[in-house]
Amino acid sequence: MAEINSMTVAAEMKPPSRVGDHVFKWITGLMAFSVLVLIVVVGWELYKGSNLAVHKFGFKFVTSSNWDPVEENFGAWPFIFGTLVSSLIALVIAVPLSVATAVFLTELAPPKLRQPIVSIIEMLAAVPSVIYGLWGIFVLIPWLREHCFPVLQKWLGFLPLFQGPIYGVSMLAAGIIIAIMIVPIITSVSREILRSVPDLQREAAYGLGATRWEVTRIAVLSYAKRGLCGAVILGLGRALGETMAVTMVIGNRPEVAASLFAPGYTLASVIANEFAEATTDMYLSALFEIALVLFAVTIVTNILAQLLISAMGGPRASRAIQ
Amino acid sequence: MTMQPQSLYHRWRKIKSTLMSVTALLCALLVIAPLGLVLGYLIHAGAGAINWDFFTQLPKPVGEVGGGMANAIVGTLTLLGLACAIGVPVGVLGGVYLSEYGSEKSNWWIRFGADVLNGVPSIAWGIVAYALVVVRMKTFSAYAGGVALGFMMIPLIMRTTEEVLLLVPNGYREAALALGISRWKMICQIVMKTAFKGIVTGVLLAAARIAGETAPLLFTAFGNRFWTHDLSQPIAALPLQVFVYAISPYDDWHRQAWAGALVLILMVLFINLIVRFITRGRFAGAGR
Repeated sequence: MAEINSMTVAAEMKPPSRVGDHVFKWITGLMAFSVLVLIVVVGWELYKGSNLAVHKFGFKFVTSSNWDPVEENFGAWPFIFGTLVSSLIALVIAVPLSVATAVFLTELAPPKLRQPIVSIIEMLAAVPSVIYGLWGIFVLIPWLREHCFPVLQKWLGFLPLFQGPIYGVSMLAAGIIIAIMIVPIITSVSREILRSVPDLQREAAYGLGATRWEVTRIAVLSYAKRGLCGAVILGLGRALGETMAVTMVIGNRPEVAASLFAPGYTLASVIANEFAEATTDMYLSALFEIALVLFAVTIVTNILAQLLISAMGGPRASRAIQ
Repeated sequence: MTMQPQSLYHRWRKIKSTLMSVTALLCALLVIAPLGLVLGYLIHAGAGAINWDFFTQLPKPVGEVGGGMANAIVGTLTLLGLACAIGVPVGVLGGVYLSEYGSEKSNWWIRFGADVLNGVPSIAWGIVAYALVVVRMKTFSAYAGGVALGFMMIPLIMRTTEEVLLLVPNGYREAALALGISRWKMICQIVMKTAFKGIVTGVLLAAARIAGETAPLLFTAFGNRFWTHDLSQPIAALPLQVFVYAISPYDDWHRQAWAGALVLILMVLFINLIVRFITRGRFAGAGR
């Protein structure tokens, strides 16, 4: 393009002023690089805010399970535990469903059916978190309490996971709600990943006489393994940071219990519930440190997911992330 | 070679394949079921509570039946406007840089940064806006809520803008430059004008995404039971109101929460519909 620009000189015209060009380039560049600045700003603000708690509690903050705002003793282990367990439950439910749906959409569904299903999944992703929470409180939890949990307890009650009193609000309820919320993103990223598997792979497997399932398993899924891992980790990142819906159904009790029927608490929901009420500097600082832990964990999972997905799926897959 | 009669193993492979196909179909149905369940229940529980008062009245105190969420609806629109004031210029111009100026290497970093920002939990944005705005102004305010939502919009708008700008044929750029126009005018008047629909689409989609965000507003916009015309004061927002009413112990508030949720989802779906309508033209699919 630079050559084209200089050719106008030859046509006895005044060369266009370059000042506007330079200014425009600088402004747009500044805006573009602001995303990197923003990451640093988020990290810095959280670090600065949590300074007090980091110095007082040190590493004990993440291992101690004592959360006592009155005595100003803060340990985040129950929240970390709750976040990990609820996200794990969500992944256990969401991953098989999402991958199977992605397989259905790319390998099995008749073309006419694909777009409607994709649109519905996009709409699922557009439903705000607080609405899932509302639905969770008034529809899902009563149903789980009356019908689902007692049956689970009856058949699987010998496992410590399914023992103890049933309140309805619980880790398991939170896991189910998170699963519903992360299914769309895992599905759409997995779908792009599967679409990027070259048809030659499939044709080769069919040529060897494989059945449709064998083609999917051997030629498609195993080829797309790394990309699918990326999709799952991306889902994990979203699950870890999910706030409102979880806050509404998990019960908000800072306990470490083996039972999935017991209420729990997560990093995000303790911030949502207690931040506006935090009166002392130390209390506020402890909540900042919780946010810092959450931020660090989600950044790491996201970076990992990005690398896996972009190595596999190309630009289309990374577009599906949005 | 003649075909051999199907062995038992062969038949088993075929059955297994069919079984797996059916399983995949069932999984797909299970995945889309929640949308029907959630929407169905929203309409069932929310439609009865929506009336004229809901859009014109302030919330009533506990015990008094009736009242509405007029201030929350206006508040959400105000917050969206403030968020766009931050998100649109930064996002669109950033997208311009990515598509028109950036080198391969710097673009990689910026895209990477945008995607990582996209994954930052919304509650973290709330805390950052609290530290940046609320602490300095010493009060919860609409500005703080707008900052939190605006930051969330930036990466979304940036990526979609870049995509639609890349769809503009290079011939347009070359033709404009050949006529002697300077590059920035070419970008503003030719490229961005051509891709205008696509850019608007991206902005609308980002707005729909953040319209339902609650977590970043909890301790920035904070919520308000009354009208406020001062943007440096706490302001009500629809998702916030739904949350507060949902966890309250009062039946009447629960009804209001359902109504609020229904209005909220209609707002979000309405924006999505507009987007679909716009994108039916040339840049179909670009915003997605």
